[in-house]
Amino acid sequence: MSDKNLDFSYTTVPTICPYCGTGCGMLLEVIGGKISGVLPMKGHPVSDGCLCLKGWTAHEFVSSPDRLARALVGKDGDFKEVGYTEAVALVADAMRETVENHGPDSCAFVASARCTNEENYLMSKLARFAVGTNNIDHCARL
Amino acid sequence: MSIREKARQLFAEGVDGVLAFKRTDGVCIPHLFTKTEVEEICKDVPADQRYPVAGIVRRIFLSGLAGKIGVVARGCDERALIELGKQGQIDFDLLSIIGVACSEEQARYCECSKPYPSRIDVGSRFEGISVSEKVRAVESMEGDERLAYWLAQFASCLKCMGCRNICPVCYCVECSLEDENLVRRGSVPPDWPVFHLLRAVDMASRCIDCGLCEESCPSGIPLRTLYKKATEIVKELFDYEPGADMTQRSPLGTIGDQSELPGGAFEA
Repeated sequence: MSDKNLDFSYTTVPTICPYCGTGCGMLLEVIGGKISGVLPMKGHPVSDGCLCLKGWTAHEFVSSPDRLARALVGKDGDFKEVGYTEAVALVADAMRETVENHGPDSCAFVASARCTNEENYLMSKLARFAVGTNNIDHCARL
Repeated sequence: MSIREKARQLFAEGVDGVLAFKRTDGVCIPHLFTKTEVEEICKDVPADQRYPVAGIVRRIFLSGLAGKIGVVARGCDERALIELGKQGQIDFDLLSIIGVACSEEQARYCECSKPYPSRIDVGSRFEGISVSEKVRAVESMEGDERLAYWLAQFASCLKCMGCRNICPVCYCVECSLEDENLVRRGSVPPDWPVFHLLRAVDMASRCIDCGLCEESCPSGIPLRTLYKKATEIVKELFDYEPGADMTQRSPLGTIGDQSELPGGAFEA
């Protein structure tokens, strides 16, 4: 059988667990081009071959049908798919209105350990500088 | 001979892929190599970075493999492959094993009784450790002390399921550890004794002593010591050694005229 006829493939991709700020090393198992499992990265300086329950199941959300992949706006008890420009404009309008009527501390921001440092920095700028509140927290309070 | 040379030889003999290790970003990762990638195969097996090779083979088979593969396997990996083959989880005949003998240092760390596969292609044979000091240390405790020791260990369990997930011989589609009738959901540490004893009982007739469970436990529970003892009991009662050879039948599969519990609890 030549390489071309090989209808299977298996590889692992070294990465960092996306869930919290600890930063455990993991390998994503890729079978036939699809992410199908997780292995702990042996000898990783942070996690040394261990993972928690979240890390062990971190591959599951990637292709989960429950994953929100598009912007949805709730209208009349139902969710409607909209473009990002429309969705962001809607959020901005609502937030501006809330800040004008109730002050900046009526808003809160939740940042994410799944984002990069830079994205979280920008989130912090948006909360503290653009809106004017210190109400910012993140998903990974350990 | 190096792993790479052996892999080249296997490709010449017609295998379709070789499961071995690839060095990337300073780590060694398991990868199924094709003929054209053979030069990327790690020449040696990374000493202290062991992965559940047999479990990976099982998942590759599950994905619908239609060919022969070579597998880099240590003694424990080969035992796991044999055990999976016996239990109908993989087709052992489609495998060509590249046998790697573990170093004396590795064997001592594992307290491994057979740190080499049936045929050694790479490395030199170290005879292995016949008596586990860790098992003896726990055995030397008095009953109450021993119970307190294990309870303290199990109290630190995070229920991450890592011991089950990394286990090369754990393959059940429906796992009893996830059965709500046996193990309550949403409580950590998991209920004693059911959680850890369920797993120990499952391991008794299939644990091939790779120790990956203990290595992947974030709480450092000495699972290997527990399962070593469980397999020791099975060896005593049924003269069965998981993964030793293809012909020995598992005691769980042969209740009937071939097996008897002491005291004649089962009659033929």
